[in-house]
Amino acid sequence: MRAGFSCPHHQVDPGTFVTTTIAAPSSLAGSQRPPGLITDRIVRAVVFVAGAVVLVILALIAYTMINEALPAFRSEGWSYFTSDVWDPAHSKYGTLAFTFGTVLVSGIALVLAVPVSIGIALFTTEVAPRWLRKPVTYLVDLLAAVPSVVFGLWGLLVLAPALPGFYQGWHDLFSGVPVLGSLFDGQPIAQRSFMTAGIVLAVMVTPIITSVARETFATVPQSQKDAAHALGATRWEMIRAAVLPHSRGGLTAGILIGLGRALGETIAVALVIGSSPQISGKLFGSGDAAASVIALQWGEASDGTYRAALIGLGVVLFAVTLVVGVAARAIVARADRNAGGTA
Amino acid sequence: MKRSRARMLVPLVLTIGLLAAACGSSSSSTPKGDKGGSTSPTTAAAPKLAAATLNGSGSTFQQAFDEAVITEFQAAQPAVKVVYGGGGSGKGQTDLQGGLVQWAGSDSTVKPEDVAKYKGRFLYFPTVAAPITVSYNLSGVKLKLSPQTLAKIFEGQITKWDDAAVKAENAGATLPSTAITVAHRSDGSGTTANFTKYLVAAAGPAWTLGTDKVVAWPSGTQAGEGNGGVAQIVKSTTGSIGYVDYSDAKAAGLVFASLKNASGSFVEPSLESATAALEAATLAADLTYNPLNATGAKAYPITSPTYILVYSTQADPAVKAAIKGFLEFIYADGQKTATTVDFAPLPKAILTAAKAQITKIGV
Repeated sequence: MRAGFSCPHHQVDPGTFVTTTIAAPSSLAGSQRPPGLITDRIVRAVVFVAGAVVLVILALIAYTMINEALPAFRSEGWSYFTSDVWDPAHSKYGTLAFTFGTVLVSGIALVLAVPVSIGIALFTTEVAPRWLRKPVTYLVDLLAAVPSVVFGLWGLLVLAPALPGFYQGWHDLFSGVPVLGSLFDGQPIAQRSFMTAGIVLAVMVTPIITSVARETFATVPQSQKDAAHALGATRWEMIRAAVLPHSRGGLTAGILIGLGRALGETIAVALVIGSSPQISGKLFGSGDAAASVIALQWGEASDGTYRAALIGLGVVLFAVTLVVGVAARAIVARADRNAGGTA
Repeated sequence: MKRSRARMLVPLVLTIGLLAAACGSSSSSTPKGDKGGSTSPTTAAAPKLAAATLNGSGSTFQQAFDEAVITEFQAAQPAVKVVYGGGGSGKGQTDLQGGLVQWAGSDSTVKPEDVAKYKGRFLYFPTVAAPITVSYNLSGVKLKLSPQTLAKIFEGQITKWDDAAVKAENAGATLPSTAITVAHRSDGSGTTANFTKYLVAAAGPAWTLGTDKVVAWPSGTQAGEGNGGVAQIVKSTTGSIGYVDYSDAKAAGLVFASLKNASGSFVEPSLESATAALEAATLAADLTYNPLNATGAKAYPITSPTYILVYSTQADPAVKAAIKGFLEFIYADGQKTATTVDFAPLPKAILTAAKAQITKIGV
């Protein structure tokens, strides 16, 4: 109680001056530290725990999966990662075709989705009339909330049956052209293919990338945009000179989040990829992806090694996501350095 | 304002009550799958069982039958609650091993190395059977196939419908030069296991992919999830061919191929030809049997058996009585229900043996 008499003005600690004067009239209650510092410490501890929990969970998942997948790694050796023969009937588990399919399909999705997403984001932040911005933004966000199985069923029942004619057209158009000719091909051209899965994924990741891109574009200082305009830049020149360089970091983050969703997407891909594992650059042919295989084959996999092999696919997916994410960030960092470190 | 709202509520509540009553009475008087009036419960006089819950999971192949028979059984025995979760034969077996369910549905027998994982001795109860059709999409062609040709088509060696091998078995039919699209299951499946098991038995060296719930299909094939998924591919793709269970193929309106059986005659899939295959099969001591590639002029060669698995020791007397009652019901009224949901009932010999097996529960 004695502390109640101590006048704050006698403590001439410049660091705590503001807080003490505010808190003084009620109760400093004998504590030598002002309450602001204590709450700071508590918040710091809570946030630290939250951050650590993520790492611990990640480490536990990785440990458990690797542990459970060990029988498959042991029986298959390196061929588990390097072979493309997945044949449970003969106890052969090679996952390369699934890894390939996952990366290829996600790649197609990004190639299709990134330009569209940036376009939508620029439209809603820079181009669209003010009254249109809110509704478009809202609709795109709504798209992000649609469950993936809905996209999958749409792909399966509406998109896939309509595509072969379109694929055939592209195939005929580019047949004979060196690289594109074999890219726009299938063996045979199929409804359910790498391309179909890529298109469905592109629709799914577009709202995510758009959302992040829009938020990033909105942070570009008006002064920079005004400056560009003042120098006589057209709208496109302004976007190129002021908006895009400022947003590179945010865009990368958005694309990586989209990529993460594409790599791990299970049901939508399972429905439209064709489930015929093969390593082939023919985009109109059917393939298979890691997450889909786990979902589709787990239910009936009673054999121990088979189960381990499916869990191992989770490890592979984990590794692929990590490698692709790190690589993408490295590429962007390098590009930034070359461009003079704008972001 | 308050009063008028209350007044409005009265008719609303009444309507809901009436609707509920209507629903209740209609569902109890006409159980699902009971299309004809002839299958009225004959065991209504059976003693009422004590309250018990029977959880089951497993084979999706027998799920439609199980659901129909459960509805009827619960109308006769309201105290017993029977649930079937599906999920696949593999899930059923692991659930039974873990003691999560009291009964499991399975299309395949338990592998010898897995027997030790069970918490005691278990019994097989064959319930019904059904043909697996080879469905195709070719307008105006009534297809006949030998197992060797079928194997070559599904291995991707025959790629066009006007291939010489197909032509030789379909003299007189006008076969187009359309490319063949093979449709198969994308998920692990007992249907795939039985289809490939048949090809191993019937096609000889022409079939090299082996048999399991997932096999390494050639590239360029198309896969769908579940029987419905394969049926959807066949239905929407000209020139496609796939294996689909009978009830799903019928529901999708697909056309079936006639297959050359072990006795050399071409047989179309039907409930009669499936029962004919069951009659030709030999029953093992544990009541498992293999009707695949059966002999007999009328036997359809890809007929798939399906079983219910239960432990022979049952600690809870109410559960024991309920399981026995449920199985007895399957072998009485359930066999009549089978045809209404496109499953083939068991022939007399298997039925008698299965009924005798019920007495082994709880001994």
